[in-house]
Amino acid sequence: MVKMERRRAGTISPLLKKAESGIQGFDEVTRGGLPKGRPTLVVGGPGSGKTLFAVEFIVNGIRKFGEPGVFVSFEESEKELIENSSSLGFDLQDLIDRKKLVLDHVLIEPDKIVETGEYDLEGLFIRINHAIDSVKAKRIALDTLETIFSSFGHVGVIRSEMARLFRFLKDKGVTAVVTAEAGERTLSRHGLEEYISDMVISLDHRITNETATRRMRVVKYRGSSHGTNEYPFLIEHGGLSVLPITSVGLMGKASNKRISTGIPGLDAMMGGKGYFMGSTVLVSGEAGTGKTSLTAEFARRCCLDGKRVLYFLFEESGTQVVRNMRSIGIDFEPFIQKGQLLLQAERPSSFGLEMHLARFHSMVVKFKPDAVVFDPVSSLNIIGSGLDIKSTLLRTSDFLKMRGITVMLTELREGEPMGGGQGVSSLADTWIVLEGVESSGEKNRLLRIVKSRGMAHSNQLREMVLTDDGIKIASPHISPDGVFTGTARYVQERKEEEEAFARAGEVERLKKELKLLRHKTRMQMEATEMEMAERESALRVKLADEEKRISNGAGTHKGISSRRAGMGGSRSAK
Amino acid sequence: MPSKEDREVYHLRLYVAGQTPKSLSAFGNLKKICEEQLKGRYNIEIIDLTKNPRLAKGDQIVAVPTLVRKLPPPIKKIIGDLSNRERVLVGLDIKSL
Repeated sequence: MVKMERRRAGTISPLLKKAESGIQGFDEVTRGGLPKGRPTLVVGGPGSGKTLFAVEFIVNGIRKFGEPGVFVSFEESEKELIENSSSLGFDLQDLIDRKKLVLDHVLIEPDKIVETGEYDLEGLFIRINHAIDSVKAKRIALDTLETIFSSFGHVGVIRSEMARLFRFLKDKGVTAVVTAEAGERTLSRHGLEEYISDMVISLDHRITNETATRRMRVVKYRGSSHGTNEYPFLIEHGGLSVLPITSVGLMGKASNKRISTGIPGLDAMMGGKGYFMGSTVLVSGEAGTGKTSLTAEFARRCCLDGKRVLYFLFEESGTQVVRNMRSIGIDFEPFIQKGQLLLQAERPSSFGLEMHLARFHSMVVKFKPDAVVFDPVSSLNIIGSGLDIKSTLLRTSDFLKMRGITVMLTELREGEPMGGGQGVSSLADTWIVLEGVESSGEKNRLLRIVKSRGMAHSNQLREMVLTDDGIKIASPHISPDGVFTGTARYVQERKEEEEAFARAGEVERLKKELKLLRHKTRMQMEATEMEMAERESALRVKLADEEKRISNGAGTHKGISSRRAGMGGSRSAK
Repeated sequence: MPSKEDREVYHLRLYVAGQTPKSLSAFGNLKKICEEQLKGRYNIEIIDLTKNPRLAKGDQIVAVPTLVRKLPPPIKKIIGDLSNRERVLVGLDIKSL
């Protein structure tokens, strides 16, 4: 409380203290709760949740804030109240036994009462006073006080007594919740807002697009700032929860931590690390391009890392998804049993957008996931316009971002992107587009990261292959003739291999040829050398013979003449 | 010959909140009517809620003064200072003598 006031010091007058309602989301919308020590008027039609609001305000006061309470019921009996509250998980009898709560059913039967002369409502005051004192109550609920107006004939008396009642409650210093039926021209049927001016809350249960949505609005909060939107709220086991989503700003702290996509090939496209933790990832694609498989891989990775994943399914049932994912080797069953994974199938048409939002909110708060998947958000198209869906998704992703939860949305694209021209992609931090390409009589899947804020990422087109063992990312063959995927890619790859093989053979052959050439040449050279050496030695022998002959005939003229004759003689000698 | 109703005993309980002019006048008016109409066969119990607040719940008292006819049955309630004699008689189901 103190902490809350210090934090909000800038927006609240320092004199205004607040009493936390403990109702999920409500204290955020009202910047801290109800005005402490003052009455608050809660108006609404039948079945709008007024009584429950009052009950929860009192019960939370006792359980969470140590403030005993009094519940004065003008309509339901003590027994009815205890029964109705137990269905929401509140054990009123226990609180009564522990002297923390007083239930007082004020039953007025106007048809059995005769009025004569002057009277006042001091009897009621005494009862309330006694109840407050008996448990030292700090909180009180009066449900539905307006019954008094129809129970007594003297309107003037009732009006002045009402004014006196609220003064009395303020003097007692109790924080009060007073419920009233919604009126046609005035907020409450009997104009109680004239007396209670500190805070007025309106609850509404309306039907739009054939789906019912509960909404809450702070009509007035004197001396305090508050969210002025209509906030959807839910009534479930455990009580009310209001969605302060429209009051969510972009206050989330951006994380630098990364979370694996579950697919090594895709991680590699994002610097080897995957998505940013707490970011919003949008996966768009036509039917059958593997959007669910891509999110399932992510969910599996998260579960394997000990994280918790909440999966909203709008088209398939949980068991269907479990079965289908098994075909690509993803088994969700063990994670579901361990309570790490929750597959929540929701029919889009079963609630309005706001109600869906409220349910997301409430489930997220309860399940405390690390990652949330919505598959596919485009199914919400049947219950709202593009702009509505976009704002719903924006609010959801902001709300999840604030809690550091990673969000994956899938979107079925059929021609026009949803949400008008810009689509929902503007709210995504990472946008992955899957495409089906047809070639050679088969359809294959291409994956492209269109954007991924704040990280280096591959711009290349990749092929996404669904195998028995999950998703694999392959580089498709891109040539001027087109993009080859699937079988065509396989063929192309084999062809390339063969070509490479062939080229390698040629090299071998050339090498051999070269070797052979060298060998041959060397042999020839050797033979030539041998021949040369043979002829050389023969010549040398002949030369030596001739020189010997010359040296024998030297020193005589005769010798010379005989040499001349000898030339002839030698010829004859031969 | 008095009818059966004439012999019935009236148990009346008057709830007040302190000695206010309204409660004093209610008691005065009641006493007068009873003396006139039910002499000898009525008793009046006065409950001051400022002294016994827990008793308010039993008879579902909201307005004061409230007169409750405990007997004869059924229980009847009249609120106000009982200044209109005719309405008190109607409320208590007593035929005027």
